[in-house]
Amino acid sequence: MSDQTQILETAPAAPGRWHEFKNSHLFHSFTVDRVAQLSFGIFMLYVLLALFAPFLAPFDPYDIAQIDIMNSEIPPSWEEEGEADFWLGTDAQGRDMWSTILYGTRVSLLIGLCAVALQATLGICIGLCAGYFGGRVDSILMRFADVQLSFSTMMVAIVVLAVFQAAFGTELYQQLAMFMLIMVIGIAEWPQYARTIRASVLAEKKKEYIDAARVIGLRSPRIMFRHILPNTLSPILVISTVQVANAIISEASLSFLGLGMPVSEPSLGSLIAGGFEYIFSGSWWITVIPGAVLISLVLVMNLLGDWLRDVLNPKLYKG
Amino acid sequence: MALLEVNNLEVSFGLRSGGVKALRDINFKLDRGERIGVVGESGAGKSVLGFSILNLISNPGSITGGEILFEGKNLSKLSASELRSVRGNRISMIFQDPMMTLNPVLTIGEQMVECLLAHRKIRKEDARNIALQKLKQVYIPSPETRLDQYPHELSGGMRQRIVIAIGLLMDPDIIIADEPTTALDVTIQAEIMELMLELCERNNVALILITHDLGVVSQVTQRTIVMYAGRIIEQGPTKEIINDAQHPYTQGLMNALPQMAVPGARLNQIRGAMPALQRIPTGCAFSPRCDYTTETCRHTLPGFTESGNCLVACHMVAEMKREAAQVASLAQEVKG
Amino acid sequence: MIAFLIKRTLQAMVVMFVISLISFSIQDNLGDPLRELVGVSVSEVEREKLRDDLGLNDPFLVQYGRFAANALHGDLGTSYFFKEPALDVILKKLPATLELVFGATLIIVVLSVPLGVYSAIKPGSLLSRLVMGLSIVGISIPVFLTAIGLIYLFSIELGWMPSYGRGETSAMLGWDSGLFTADGLHHLILPSFTLASIMLPLFIRLIRAEMMEVLQSEYVKFAWAKGISPWRIYFVHALKNTMLPVITVGGVQIGTMVAYTILTETVFQWPGMGFLFLEAVNRVDTPLIVAYLIVVGAIFVVTNTLVDLIYGLVNPTVKLAGGK
Repeated sequence: MSDQTQILETAPAAPGRWHEFKNSHLFHSFTVDRVAQLSFGIFMLYVLLALFAPFLAPFDPYDIAQIDIMNSEIPPSWEEEGEADFWLGTDAQGRDMWSTILYGTRVSLLIGLCAVALQATLGICIGLCAGYFGGRVDSILMRFADVQLSFSTMMVAIVVLAVFQAAFGTELYQQLAMFMLIMVIGIAEWPQYARTIRASVLAEKKKEYIDAARVIGLRSPRIMFRHILPNTLSPILVISTVQVANAIISEASLSFLGLGMPVSEPSLGSLIAGGFEYIFSGSWWITVIPGAVLISLVLVMNLLGDWLRDVLNPKLYKG
Repeated sequence: MALLEVNNLEVSFGLRSGGVKALRDINFKLDRGERIGVVGESGAGKSVLGFSILNLISNPGSITGGEILFEGKNLSKLSASELRSVRGNRISMIFQDPMMTLNPVLTIGEQMVECLLAHRKIRKEDARNIALQKLKQVYIPSPETRLDQYPHELSGGMRQRIVIAIGLLMDPDIIIADEPTTALDVTIQAEIMELMLELCERNNVALILITHDLGVVSQVTQRTIVMYAGRIIEQGPTKEIINDAQHPYTQGLMNALPQMAVPGARLNQIRGAMPALQRIPTGCAFSPRCDYTTETCRHTLPGFTESGNCLVACHMVAEMKREAAQVASLAQEVKG
Repeated sequence: MIAFLIKRTLQAMVVMFVISLISFSIQDNLGDPLRELVGVSVSEVEREKLRDDLGLNDPFLVQYGRFAANALHGDLGTSYFFKEPALDVILKKLPATLELVFGATLIIVVLSVPLGVYSAIKPGSLLSRLVMGLSIVGISIPVFLTAIGLIYLFSIELGWMPSYGRGETSAMLGWDSGLFTADGLHHLILPSFTLASIMLPLFIRLIRAEMMEVLQSEYVKFAWAKGISPWRIYFVHALKNTMLPVITVGGVQIGTMVAYTILTETVFQWPGMGFLFLEAVNRVDTPLIVAYLIVVGAIFVVTNTLVDLIYGLVNPTVKLAGGK
C-alpha cells in the first residue's frame, strides 16, 4: 500500500531513482561479484521458466488424456533407450519429465513466494506494533514469537497438515493442498520477520526524525509505515531471500512426506517422492533431475541471500 | 640508551584500494620511569600509536615502516612467541573501557592467574597469591572474594582497578594506558589517575598515557606528545608545552580549555574539524584550520624545528616568535 | 537453583497443558470412536445410549478432564491399528529415534566446533573457504535428498552401507538398542549423517560468525595484550563466549531435529516414532497421533529446560537462583 503511494508520489523522479540505484553500493558490488551475477541469472531463468511453463511445456501434465502409461519410465533422450519426444525422459506414470518439472518449478516457486509474502505481512505488522508500542504489547507478542519458534516450523507444519489430512480425507485435502501449504508455512515463520523488524524499529525509534514526526502531529500508522518501515527494508530483503529458499525446502519436504502437493499436481518435492522408489530399479532420472532443479534453485537463492547480507550488512536478529 | 625508542614509525590500514596511513614519522624516546602523555583530538592516531608499540593493531592495519626499539630489540620484527614474552610481561596495557576489557565468562582470578602462568613457571597457588597482592596494591576491598567473582559483579571503577592490577602483575617496565579514565564517572576518574601515578612512581614504571585531557597530562606526566592527523606536531617537557605552546594547534587546544575562557563567554573552539585519514591535505595537515597559514604551509610538509626544549612541526614557529617579541617590545614601548 | 527449577516446571506444565488441550481437540474432532468399537449393524438408539455410557455427550471440558486424568496415569487410549495402549506403542519406538538424534548430535558437535572455529580464525585459508562453500550447498539440499543421495551412493552403487532398517539390536539396561552391536551401528551411520546434514552447516556458519565477532572484542584484544597463548585465547576466552548464542540456537534446533527425524526415518524406513507417526496419520489412528504429540511435546519441554540450565551454567551473568 504505502509502496504504491510512494511510487505515485515520486513518479516524476523515477529516472533519478534509477540513476541513484545505478550509483548505489548494491549495484556496484553486483557488477564485481561473479557469484551474485550467476546466481541472479539462474534465479531469473527459473522464474521465467515457471512463468511461461504453459507455453514452454510440450505436454500438460495435469491433463490425464495426454498421459500414456505405455510411455512410463523412458530415460532421457541422450540415453540409449531414450526417445526424442521426451528429452528428459518420462516418469512412472508416463508423464514427460520436462513438462512436469516446468510445472513443478512453477508450483514450488508460487508456494514459496506466497508463503513468504504471508510471513512478511504478518511479521512486519506484528514487529512494527511490538517495536512501536513497546510495553505490554511488545512483551506479549515477543513471548508468543519465542514459543512459536521453540516449536520448529517443520514440526508444526507436519502435525497441522497431518491432522487436516486425516480430518478432510485425502481427496478433499489434495484439492486444498496448495492453500494449506501456503497458510501453514506462512503462519509458522512470521517470528523471523517480527523479531528483526522489532529490533530495527527500536533502533529507529531512538532517532530524532521519529520524534520530529510525532511533534509535527503525524499519526502512529503513518509514522510506522511511511517513516520507519522504509528504513527496515534491507533486513527485510535479506530475510526474504533466505526465507523463500527455506519455504521451498519446507514445501518439498512436506510434499515428499505425502502431506503436500498431490502426485496429480506435482511440485518438485512430490515429483521426487514419486520417483524415489524407482531409483532402486535404475530409473534415476525421475528423482535426480527434479532433485537437481530443486537444489540449484534453493542454492542460488541462498547465495543471493548471503551476498545481500554481506553487502547491506543489516542488523539481523540472532537465533 | 632509552628504554623505548620509536623511529620513523609508519602504520597503514591497507584496504584493497591502496592504503591509508594512520601514523607517519613518529619519533620519540621514553626513559626508565618516565611518564609521557600523548594528546590530541579523537582520530588523531593516539590509540593506534599505543597499540602499535605492542604490535596489536588489528587486521587491515599493520606497521609499514620504522622501528620500535625496546631495550635495543625491534618489537616490530619479533616473532609471535618473542612478542608474547614482552606483552603483559615487560610492557603491559590498560584499555579504555573497563566494562569491555574483562572477559565476562571468566573469573577475575582466572584472568589474573593465566597472565602470570603465561610468563612464569610457577604453581597456580603462588600465582593466586601474587594476584591477591596486586589487588591489595590497587586498594581493592576484600580481594580474596574478588578473585572468585565475575566482572559483571563489580563496578566500573573497581574493574579498572583490576585491569590496572593485571597490568602490574609482572612488574612491567612500561605501562601503556589508553584513555584509562574516559569511560568512568567523573568522581572516580581522579581516584584512578592518582592511583596510577602513585603506582608508577613507587615501582619506577614508565608510563605512556594516552588521553585528550590536558589537565591530567599536566598533573601526571613529565613529557608530552601532541598528535594531529597521524603525526606528532609537537613534543617536549609538559610544563613548557602547557605554559608556552609553540604549535598553533597546541595553542588552540590550550585556549579551548574551559578554564581559559572568560566567564560567560563562549569557549574558544578551534574552527573546523580534523580531516579524515583518507583526505589529509598536502603540506601541513593543520593548515586549513590554522590562522597563520601561508602558501608554504599548504604545499610542504613541515619538518621538526627545535624551539627551546620542544620539537615543533610548523613552518611558522620563527615567524610567530618574532611577532610575539614585537608585540612584547611594543607593549614595553607603550608602557615606557 | 531451586527457584529456577520451580519456575521452569511451572512453565513446562503450562506448555504441556496447551499441548494436551490441542491433542484432545484433535482426538475429539478426528474419527468416531464408535465406528471403531461397534459395527454398522448397531441401531441409532443403541448408538446414542453407548455415546452416553462412554461420556461422549458430556461437555467438552468434562471430557477433557477425563482425558487429562487418564493421560496423567499414562493412559492415552488404545491404538486402533495395533490394538495396544498408544503410549506403549510410541515408547517402544522411542529408543530408535533417540539413537538417531544422538548419532546426529554427536556428528554435529564433533564437526561443527573445530570447523567453525578454524574458519573464524583463518577466514582466508583454502580450507575455510571450502568449508563455507560446502556449508551453503549443504543448507540448500533438503534432508530427504541427502538421504536419497547417500543411499544411492553408499548402498546402491558402492554397496557399503545398508539402505534401510535398524539392524540387529540388543537389550541394554531395559533399552532395546542398536548402539551396542556392530550391525546396529552400521545401520545407524547413514541416517545419522543425513539428520546431521541439515544442522551441521547451520552450526558451522553460526559458530564462525559468532567467533569472528568475539575475536574483534576488546576483551580478546586485552587477552592478546597480556601475552597469553593463542590456544588459550581461542579456546578459553573466545570459544566460551561464542558458545552462549550457539547454545540458545541449539535448543531451538533440537525441536527442528525431531521434526526431521520424521523425514529421515521415512526414507530409511527406520522403525522410530516419526515413521510410526506417518503411518498413524495415513491410517487415521487418532490415539497414536495424540500419543505422539504428547511425547514429542514432552521431549521439547525437557530439552528446552535442559538447554536453559546449561546456558545458565556457562553464562555467569545469568543467576539460576533468581537473585540479582
